Amino acid sequence: MVATIVGMVLQRNLFAVVVLFGIYSLLMATVLLALDAPDVAMTEAAVGAGVSTVLLLSALYLTGSEEAKPLHRPVLPLVLSVAVGGVLAYGTWDLPPFSDPQAPIQVHVAPRYLAEAMAQTGVPNIVTAVLASYRGFDTLGEVVVVFTAGAGVIALLRRRKEKQKGKR
Amino acid sequence: MSEVAEHYTYWVTIFLMVAGIYILIARGNLMKKLIGLATLQTSVYLLYVAPGKLIGGTAPIIAEGFKVYSNPLPHVLILTAIVVGVATLALGLAIVVRIREAYGSIEEDEILERDRAEDERRAL
Amino acid sequence: MKHDIILRVIAKLTMPFMVLFAVYVQFHGDFGPGGGFQAGVIAAAAVVFYALIFGLETGQRLAPEWVVEKMLAAGVLLYAGVGFAGMLLGGNYLDYFVLAHDPVHGQHRGIFWVEAGVGLTVAGVMLKIFYMFAGRGRVDEEDR
Repeated sequence: MVATIVGMVLQRNLFAVVVLFGIYSLLMATVLLALDAPDVAMTEAAVGAGVSTVLLLSALYLTGSEEAKPLHRPVLPLVLSVAVGGVLAYGTWDLPPFSDPQAPIQVHVAPRYLAEAMAQTGVPNIVTAVLASYRGFDTLGEVVVVFTAGAGVIALLRRRKEKQKGKR
Repeated sequence: MSEVAEHYTYWVTIFLMVAGIYILIARGNLMKKLIGLATLQTSVYLLYVAPGKLIGGTAPIIAEGFKVYSNPLPHVLILTAIVVGVATLALGLAIVVRIREAYGSIEEDEILERDRAEDERRAL
Repeated sequence: MKHDIILRVIAKLTMPFMVLFAVYVQFHGDFGPGGGFQAGVIAAAAVVFYALIFGLETGQRLAPEWVVEKMLAAGVLLYAGVGFAGMLLGGNYLDYFVLAHDPVHGQHRGIFWVEAGVGLTVAGVMLKIFYMFAGRGRVDEEDR
């Protein structure tokens, strides 16, 4: 994954960058599967390596496919990004180690969901139960966001077609 | 040394995040910026899901014979985040397509140049 | 791409299975990984796959534009409707346990309809966005 990222940063041919992005999404989906998250892995594979890549390719067809050479060496952004990374790494020093059963994330609300979801909802897939029942309002908001994005894309890209109809 | 082994996942995530941020702010091409944004989002998914895993656990689907389950809460948040991320990407791409049709290019420098020239022309 | 015989055969063979898999993931999401989001994206990907190989018009005959647009809105309304049904039957908004004769069945029914709404909207939005992007290129080509 690191190799694909470095390739994406350095490549200037945008078609190659999009293909590398598809590979990166697929690798991310495999890693998520290894982290015991089949739902998330399925969604990331379908969305990232599927729909996202298709959309990027179609947008690439509608715009150019080569990136211009930068005019000045981007030293300041590089220093800034690495500085941000350094600060974040310093911050993670105190975070709980990988797979610690006593970490706050594991003892707060999750055991209650794991213990009670089957009895209260009758649905074995805890992720679906939490998504649709315990956190149903979040999912309602998310559906509305997706709908709004679709409406936004329609609003942005529709007028041209009507003008075409008007010409005929 | 065990400190490094324990926090390894965080550092991989941070490296991916830094790469995404670098693409976002250092490159002028709008399409590449959007791709940088998408990789930044993907690294955040890893950031959330990784701490939820318990070694020896399994996916959070109740089944016979399994005692230890990985934490389902991050999975829920990230599911929503993935779909919202692709929706944002689609909207951004639509805007880039319109910019391309209005300005003729998707390089940030050229677009700003044209805007500046337009403003000067209008000021005269 | 429609002139390549291998792609045509493979597309015709696998596309129904992809749609079937999407329906399976949607309704089996209670017992295995899956649910509304995944099913919606897989269904949209199936139609996009078909449209990429056979051309946009054939794809649009399979899933016409107005059907997709109605699907978009129907999913959101279905989700909100389940919430209101909860309110009408005595509980608060989006309460599932009042929807059936006993709370657990009510939860099950509520989750079923809610996931169906999510799947509809996600599939509709992904497909509609693809149609908009692909259709626009066509318009540009005619201009030149």
